[in-house]
Amino acid sequence: MMNFLDKDNLQSDIVLIVIFTIAILTMPIWLQPFGAAYPDLMQKFAIFGIFATGFNILFGLTGYLSFGHAAFLGVGSYTAVWSFKLLGMNPLPALVLAVIAAGIFALAIGYLSLRRTGIYFSILTLAFAQMSYNLAYSVLTPITNGETGLRVLRSDPRIFDGNGSETGPLVANLFGIEMTGLSGFYFCAVVLILVSWFAIMIFRSPFGLMLKAVKTNQNRMGYTGLNTRPYALAAFIISGMYAGLAGALMCITDPLAGAERMQWTASGEVVLMTILGGAGTLMGPMLGAGLIKYFENIFSSFNESTLESVFHFLPEGMREAAISVAGLFVGEGWHLTLGLMFMIVVIFLPGGIIEGLRRLAKAVFGRKRADDTPQRGGDTAPTGH
Amino acid sequence: MDQILLQILNGLDKGGAYALIALGLTLIFGTLGVVNFAHGALFMLGAFCAVAVYQFLNLEQVTLDPDNLTPWGTPMEIRVPYIESWFGETGAAILNFAVPLSILVAIPVMLVIGITMERGLIKHFYRRPHAEQILVTFGLAIVIQEIIKVWFGANPIPIPAPALFSGSADIGAAFGFAENAISYPWWRLVYLAFSLAVIGAVFAFLQFTTFGMVVRAGMADRETVGLLGINIGKRFTIMFGIAAVVAGLAGVMYTPILPPDYHMGMDFLVLSFVVVVVGGMGSLGGAVAAGFLLGILQSFASMTEVKSIFPGIDQIIIYLVAVVILLVRPRGLMGRKGVMEG
Amino acid sequence: MSLLEVNDVNKAFGGLKALNHINLSVKEGSVHAIIGPNGAGKSTLLNCLIGRLIPDSGTVTFGGRSLIGVRPYEINQIGVSRVFQTPEIFGELSLIDNVMIPSLAHRDGTFKLNPWHRMDGEAEIRDHAMSNLADVGLAEKSEIIADSLSRGDKRRLELAMCLSQDPKLLLLDEPTAGMARHDTNRTIDLLKEISERRGQTMVVIEHDMHVVFSLAHYVTVMAQGGVIVEDRPENIKGNPKVQEAYLGGAHL
Repeated sequence: MMNFLDKDNLQSDIVLIVIFTIAILTMPIWLQPFGAAYPDLMQKFAIFGIFATGFNILFGLTGYLSFGHAAFLGVGSYTAVWSFKLLGMNPLPALVLAVIAAGIFALAIGYLSLRRTGIYFSILTLAFAQMSYNLAYSVLTPITNGETGLRVLRSDPRIFDGNGSETGPLVANLFGIEMTGLSGFYFCAVVLILVSWFAIMIFRSPFGLMLKAVKTNQNRMGYTGLNTRPYALAAFIISGMYAGLAGALMCITDPLAGAERMQWTASGEVVLMTILGGAGTLMGPMLGAGLIKYFENIFSSFNESTLESVFHFLPEGMREAAISVAGLFVGEGWHLTLGLMFMIVVIFLPGGIIEGLRRLAKAVFGRKRADDTPQRGGDTAPTGH
Repeated sequence: MDQILLQILNGLDKGGAYALIALGLTLIFGTLGVVNFAHGALFMLGAFCAVAVYQFLNLEQVTLDPDNLTPWGTPMEIRVPYIESWFGETGAAILNFAVPLSILVAIPVMLVIGITMERGLIKHFYRRPHAEQILVTFGLAIVIQEIIKVWFGANPIPIPAPALFSGSADIGAAFGFAENAISYPWWRLVYLAFSLAVIGAVFAFLQFTTFGMVVRAGMADRETVGLLGINIGKRFTIMFGIAAVVAGLAGVMYTPILPPDYHMGMDFLVLSFVVVVVGGMGSLGGAVAAGFLLGILQSFASMTEVKSIFPGIDQIIIYLVAVVILLVRPRGLMGRKGVMEG
Repeated sequence: MSLLEVNDVNKAFGGLKALNHINLSVKEGSVHAIIGPNGAGKSTLLNCLIGRLIPDSGTVTFGGRSLIGVRPYEINQIGVSRVFQTPEIFGELSLIDNVMIPSLAHRDGTFKLNPWHRMDGEAEIRDHAMSNLADVGLAEKSEIIADSLSRGDKRRLELAMCLSQDPKLLLLDEPTAGMARHDTNRTIDLLKEISERRGQTMVVIEHDMHVVFSLAHYVTVMAQGGVIVEDRPENIKGNPKVQEAYLGGAHL
């Protein structure tokens, strides 16, 4: 099954995108047995999938580890809500404006941060994001509405859909389709499919090859006649735009933007998603995003009584013990599980889940493919710094 | 003028904490080449050593006083810490000095934690990419802080400073200002002196002992020192333990200033990392200088006069300074070429 | 006609004069060897040619254009490619990708935003890269990750990367250092063939006299940051000044 991921000719990419499209659009069906077929949760999968895919274009391809990508998420959200407030509840202009705003923001931050490499770059992006976050809470309150968060009010002008004359809940509205429930999910899913297709294009293009070269050896690039800075900057802007898009999509069902979306923990989360799935792989980051959001949902919703029913089969005394031990890891303790998950993945599976699946595939179908290792560079996990 | 002096003083104790954490981070990075995102958690663990000692000393003996009745007619409970009922005055004094006494507990505890961490986990990450080191220690930090949360709860736990240091010192008088123009809590002075002493001890240790000499040589050129047949791994393990102790002590003594909670480590970690990078990765002096510098700048930025000119500056000053320094000096204040740039 | 003209170039590191009034003239179509003992300033000179270092004074002109202060990627775009002493390759990428990158750089310039093209649409570039890999004898390893190559093979890969750009001037920093005798001979044959077939202009730094005398049309001898002699190889052997500087007086 993993075979076609290793090849990079056009046919296998078309197969990949078709399978991917079908898989995404049928999520409400096949996620049923996992108890994850709520539109809300699936929408989250799609949004964080976009975020992680974009982050991977920067980190996975060029190796630049940004600790400040949540800033672009926040900019996207604020722009989208302002678009709702001023222009109306149609999500399309909101998405377009959010992508543009995040792109401009990324241009400014990237232009400065990319003057440095390694951890110095990471700290610069972190510093810019933390500044944005702190300013959004304090000085920029007129734009961001500070701690309360920015939301759409009935009194807002909304020039294209009638000055707040509508009744009913305020949600984004695509030419009459309200972005709630399944339609909200499908809207995000279509956007996800489009941007994933674009990500595949980047991976397979000469431009993508240059980005991989940036990661591998910048000196050689220079002596080969290539200017590394614009390549890295282009990757930074594109991935910032993906983040802005994800931020805007967060607002379509619940048109609210808060500064906490820009905090460094949110930046950390997307790093974790990308690495968990497999940085530099095509589908890994999306998989990582989905798994983290899925486990977050499952584990944090557990409580005493659900545990009671899970351990029902155990005898009295053991049941108590099992419940109290398991109780540490669920509900409020979900972060403990998350921390452990991370350590386990990084320790035992540094290439992420995709690398694990690849090894598994090799073990199962292995022998005849064993001779073509090591594989092409394109999809293998990063070994650089 | 007195305002400026006050702000410098205010910045110094926070700067001391930054400097201590950054010092440990730099030691670990310089010797082991590992970026330790769990270092904030070590600071937090130190603080909770103090909490544990304090709570242990405060275990109370409950006796019923039949002569005094509550309004509900039950005998009044008298709660006396065991230590006081057993040792009287001495016990009360011990209780009073719970925080400084915790140092005695924190040193062995943090040393054991540090060495266990290095042997159990960090050791296996020497040769792995920095991104993976960051992630695994980040995961460890989350695990540690969640365990602390389960044990001690999510709320900050106030710990008093010894009564002896509870007041404020009239610093202004000593510098010829009007009386009480600058009053400064005694404990913060103690903290400042303590952090300077620890920093001095670490530097002296590195400068004047053979062990320290080998470690410094290892920081400069690990491969060569390894080739000399010196078992550098063992020394580095101990170095990690020492870095953990330094972070832990910074945490212990900080408890009267800031009531510890489970996420204080993360809050300090992000800032300490900025401090390390501003100082220059791998430079011990840079880490200390940047720690105090950023601490002082932060307290200047929170003056009302400054805030009225640059609104919101207090929120971003550290990051702003970090950005400016990194853009002007590519490797921070005292960083060396080629460190962590790949 | 001389393609590269180095005029009175000086470079000091602190108090150490690494290059002392260097003059060098490389004729188009010739193979020019630079020899000299360790620390003579050969690599420093090469670094000044590709923009890695900027000379303190003096001029470097290539095809009539000054190279002083020009960025490395621009110098490469003008037509100067270099093989380094320690191979500078894209270690995580496959050999074919390694060679396609310089080919693309040669065609598309310093930067091109083309994420909507596909690599497999670049058949021409791929064929070109494959033929360059074949030239250095690495064709059958084209899908292997570059880091897994032996040191000698990495050198040859780097050579293929440089050749794929059809450089006007090829700089080689000890192309055979650390190679087994057998590999050294193969590399000499390859360089000779390129020199004869394409009329490739080359500057070669070399320790191995066998390589120098079988390849070079001209030899410049350097010692202690200065040029001692520049002459045809057959005249170099007997030159007493060279023996003095290079061998401390021992006879060749």
